[in-house]
Amino acid sequence: MQKNKNRPPRGRGSFGASDKKGTAKRLLAYITRDHLGRFLIVVACIILAAFTSIYGSMFLMDLIDVYIKPLIGTENPVLRELVNALSILAVVYAVGIVSNLLYARIMAVISQRILRDIRQQMFFHMQDIPVGYFDSHTFGNVMSFYTNDTDTLRQMLGQSVPSFISSVINVIAIFCSMLTLSWHMTIVVVVMVFIIFMLTKFMGGKSGRYFYKQQVSIGKTNGFIEEMINGQKVVKVFCHEEQTKADFDKLNEELFQNASKANQLANALMPIMANVGNLQYILIAVVGGALAVGGVGGITLGAIVSFLQLSRSFSMPVNQLSMQINYIVMALAGAERIFSLIDEKEEVDEGKVTLVNAREENGAIVEAESRTGMWAWKQPDGKGGCTYTKLAGDVRFKNVNFSYVKGKQVLHDISLYAKPGQKIAFVGATGAGKTTITNLINRFYDVDEGQIVYDGIDVRHIKKDDLRRSLGIVLQDVNLFTGTVMDNIRYGRLDATDEECIEAAKKANAHGFITMLPDGYNTMLEGDGSGLSQGQRQLLSIARVAVADPPVMILDEATSSIDTRTEAIVQDGMDKLMQGRTVFVIAHRLSTIRNSNSIMVMDQGRIIERGDHDELIEQRGKYYQLYTGAFELE
Amino acid sequence: MNIVKTLLKSVREFKKLSIITPLIIIAEVILEMFLPFITGRLIDEGVEVGNMQMIIRYGVILFVMALLSLAAGAGAAITGAKASTGFAKNLRRDMYHKVQDYSFANIDKFSTSSLVTRLTTDVTNVQNAYQIVLRMAVRSPIMLVFALIMSFSVNPRVAWVFLLAIPILGTCLPLLLTRAHPIFKRIFRRYDKLNLVVQENLRGIRVVKSFVREGHEKEKFDDISESIYQDFSKAEKIMAFTGPLMSFCIYLIIILVSWLSAKFIIGGTMTTGDLTTLISYAGNILMGLMFISVSIMMMVISRPSMERITEILTEEPTIKDPENPVTAVKDGSVSFKNVTLMYSRKAEKPVLDNISIDIASGETVGIIGGTGSSKSSLVQLIPRLYDVIEGSVQVGGVDVRDYHIETLRNEVAMVLQKNVLFSGTIKENLRWGNEHATDEELVRVCKLAQADGFIQSFPDGYDTYIEQGGANVSGGQKQRLCIARALLKKPKILILDDSTSAVDTRTDALIRKAMLEEIPNTTKIIIAQRTSSVQDADKIIVLDEGRVSAVGSHEELLKTSAIYQEVYYSQNREEAFGSAEE
Repeated sequence: MQKNKNRPPRGRGSFGASDKKGTAKRLLAYITRDHLGRFLIVVACIILAAFTSIYGSMFLMDLIDVYIKPLIGTENPVLRELVNALSILAVVYAVGIVSNLLYARIMAVISQRILRDIRQQMFFHMQDIPVGYFDSHTFGNVMSFYTNDTDTLRQMLGQSVPSFISSVINVIAIFCSMLTLSWHMTIVVVVMVFIIFMLTKFMGGKSGRYFYKQQVSIGKTNGFIEEMINGQKVVKVFCHEEQTKADFDKLNEELFQNASKANQLANALMPIMANVGNLQYILIAVVGGALAVGGVGGITLGAIVSFLQLSRSFSMPVNQLSMQINYIVMALAGAERIFSLIDEKEEVDEGKVTLVNAREENGAIVEAESRTGMWAWKQPDGKGGCTYTKLAGDVRFKNVNFSYVKGKQVLHDISLYAKPGQKIAFVGATGAGKTTITNLINRFYDVDEGQIVYDGIDVRHIKKDDLRRSLGIVLQDVNLFTGTVMDNIRYGRLDATDEECIEAAKKANAHGFITMLPDGYNTMLEGDGSGLSQGQRQLLSIARVAVADPPVMILDEATSSIDTRTEAIVQDGMDKLMQGRTVFVIAHRLSTIRNSNSIMVMDQGRIIERGDHDELIEQRGKYYQLYTGAFELE
Repeated sequence: MNIVKTLLKSVREFKKLSIITPLIIIAEVILEMFLPFITGRLIDEGVEVGNMQMIIRYGVILFVMALLSLAAGAGAAITGAKASTGFAKNLRRDMYHKVQDYSFANIDKFSTSSLVTRLTTDVTNVQNAYQIVLRMAVRSPIMLVFALIMSFSVNPRVAWVFLLAIPILGTCLPLLLTRAHPIFKRIFRRYDKLNLVVQENLRGIRVVKSFVREGHEKEKFDDISESIYQDFSKAEKIMAFTGPLMSFCIYLIIILVSWLSAKFIIGGTMTTGDLTTLISYAGNILMGLMFISVSIMMMVISRPSMERITEILTEEPTIKDPENPVTAVKDGSVSFKNVTLMYSRKAEKPVLDNISIDIASGETVGIIGGTGSSKSSLVQLIPRLYDVIEGSVQVGGVDVRDYHIETLRNEVAMVLQKNVLFSGTIKENLRWGNEHATDEELVRVCKLAQADGFIQSFPDGYDTYIEQGGANVSGGQKQRLCIARALLKKPKILILDDSTSAVDTRTDALIRKAMLEEIPNTTKIIIAQRTSSVQDADKIIVLDEGRVSAVGSHEELLKTSAIYQEVYYSQNREEAFGSAEE
């Protein structure tokens, strides 16, 4: 992968909250760094194209004044000069057409490449930033970087930038040509263009406000539709149809009013501009005509005709400019958001300890080339050599304090140990800090104070990827990926053979239902496996962990959203999997954790009771109350 | 086509505007088309011969025409916008109202997300297409034809040059579009895929990270991103021909017109004014052609949206009120007589197979059965959310199909398994059950449903705002609010479809006790996972694969029903302690 090659320089240091200039510079860096040569060709072509079209307009003057007028009334007029001039015009036009084509095509490639690179950078970087980012940014928010923001950026790079450059060049060149023809008429044009410009700005601003209102209305109406359609069955059960119809009609009417106004203004812009353009055309014809008749400024008939043509081509780029500036500002705002994601700090990982395949030789652990089923932590000893520690699954928390947000401590002085093969359970209300503990084990977050030790090694010294590879997680919300059932199981270990995947599925009690699917293991899953029941999805996620075969497992509310009958099947699959492994369990139903070696009852970030089931029942404390149903979990 | 016909029915009060808009636009086009013609006259009769009076005369005429054209243009913009957004409003309204008439079977047929897209995105697409049809579809051809007529009337021996543009653009533009269109379509599909990868990645970021699959995800993304790049640049490279193609035509026309006109002007059969007029028309003709192709493209794009909207509007609700409906429910008795239910005629196995049950008014009935035993299907027949295929369901001795639907559903309150609260205060949510309920009544039913306690503990009490989908209350609290909402209807029959699954056993028992004491005359039908929720019912129905496997009291079933025993013992081995406490 060529990811480094395409990476433009990072914005350094002071990249503030709103810095349009900086953003524009940074975008420009994408062009100048990777596509400078091509971009220069584009600019050259745009200039050429602009000049050819101006040449064409100017030619009309010569056509009338030089080639036609003198010949009027002559016997046997010689048209050779006219033929020559027209041939030159044809060549110039041809150049214009070719350069137009050239820049459009090159610009298409440049903009698409930049977009690809930005997209790639964004996604690649997203893989490397801490989980905390996703906990603090909403899903829709991040999605919009990939949809809306990239889309406006595409429009800007592909259309606004070239048309902006071409407009600027045209405006300057045409203005100069007009001046050479007649400054009198140029004043008329400038005044009219100013009026058009102000009109555009005025109407644009006004319609912008209505478009904003329309957007708000759309948001409200769509939100209502979504909520009501999702609850449609409840609406029916309560015979609430007429009521929601009335509510909907109100919102719908409001949307209509705003949309209608926004569209009226936007639609009117084009005909108004066109007709103001016509007025300008007429004014020039009249003024030019009067000047020619009065013999002021040496204006010829040809000059008027050329001028008319020029003035038409003058107001167009001016309008373009005012429109493109809007687009560019919008796109820059999007680019700024995209860059803010790209600038997000990556997960720090200074861990040096790695996980390797190992085998035992004469009582000593040595590194193995291929999978042996035994793993070892490889620790550099600082002298160029390495020491090996067998991966056993011994996890200890030593006086751990943690907070997501400074000042709001979530975990207080947590100490606990899990010996290899033990099952440790966490119980407590939502917000008690159960999931936080598991977040710390796999280093989605790092502890503030204290230490987590894994097989005698501080987890911060272990390379993150290797640490996580040694831990298997089953979460309450199962995330499946588009692909076959087999692909989804193989997600646990990419080099697993089909046989190994099927073996894992059998272990997780998933084989039975998979073989009943239309295409068995090759059944395509779409939309997060929405065709499967909650229980089936959970079985798949267990199979996924089974194929990864990690020595330590974390089960976070893995069976909470499954009915009791299915739970028995899932539980059975998990029990098989848990044998011989260190397991951390967070459970909703206490029945699933009764056989744990140790149960931690958590409350507001502290462990308030600990012991095995019988001991805790004996204590008649919080656990006892929970168990007897006197308290509601959640 | 009937798709168009169905959709146009929704134009209604905006019909007048829809007709006026193109008419105004025709006026605008005609005015605009005469402008170059008169400018030509101004040059020939004014500038050429040095006649200032003529210049002013034509100038004033032109000025007035441009103002009129401006007024017409702005007018059409206003009427067009009103007509198209109004049409969209009516479409949305018709669809929404139609969906309200849908039965459960109709709703099941369309997924909720597809219903939402049809009501939102698809309507916007049709609105845009309608606006374009009103404004462009008339404008462009008229402009084209008019410009041609005018230029031929100016000078037919030069004007024929314009006709050259028609075959050139007529073949090349569609060629470009047909070549680019499939690529664009492919790009949209690829974009969906890209979004899917990002979406799944975002949702499952913990899975990705814990399996250390960042590299794998990057590869997936890269493949799609690369193919989008390839396709997009291919498509844009094709579309890059449109600009130069237009220039080619206009340049070709200018050169030919210049050559021919020069000859004719020198020969004295044409004026210089004619020349400027013709060159102006050349621009109009090309614009006309361009807009026609854009309009066609827009209509092609909006076609699928039109089809999807029509599907909603033409879907027949499967459940309707009978002709002479019964408007009162005598009592809360329910009886199923040889009921068979299938959701689809093609299904191999019926969902409910020949079920007969009698429930007396005021009885408490429990229903137990595994996933897929059709418990929910059975009870949904009582408020006639679905219709039976064979047999009949009677409430208060009358077939449910003979009732006025609203009467029936007001007497049969049902708490659905997948229940929803709506954004709004707790009070507002509760009043879905009865709009006119007093605050005291609200408190009473909440006490019944054991909800009053936690509601009071909220700082805003009954005025607490519930987020969309009830996101800010726990599962158990949500279920109790839903029960309270149903109780507010004061129904003759109350159905709880696994409505206390997230409530702890103690509260569950309290709710059942309260209902037994406070609403003894209401028939109560309770579907449950836990046998403890139904064991004190008057009778318990055990369902298995769409059939009644056993009916009886808790004690009877413990002796006779193998399924009931299995369920009971599997739960009570684990929860032995809990049950003993109750």
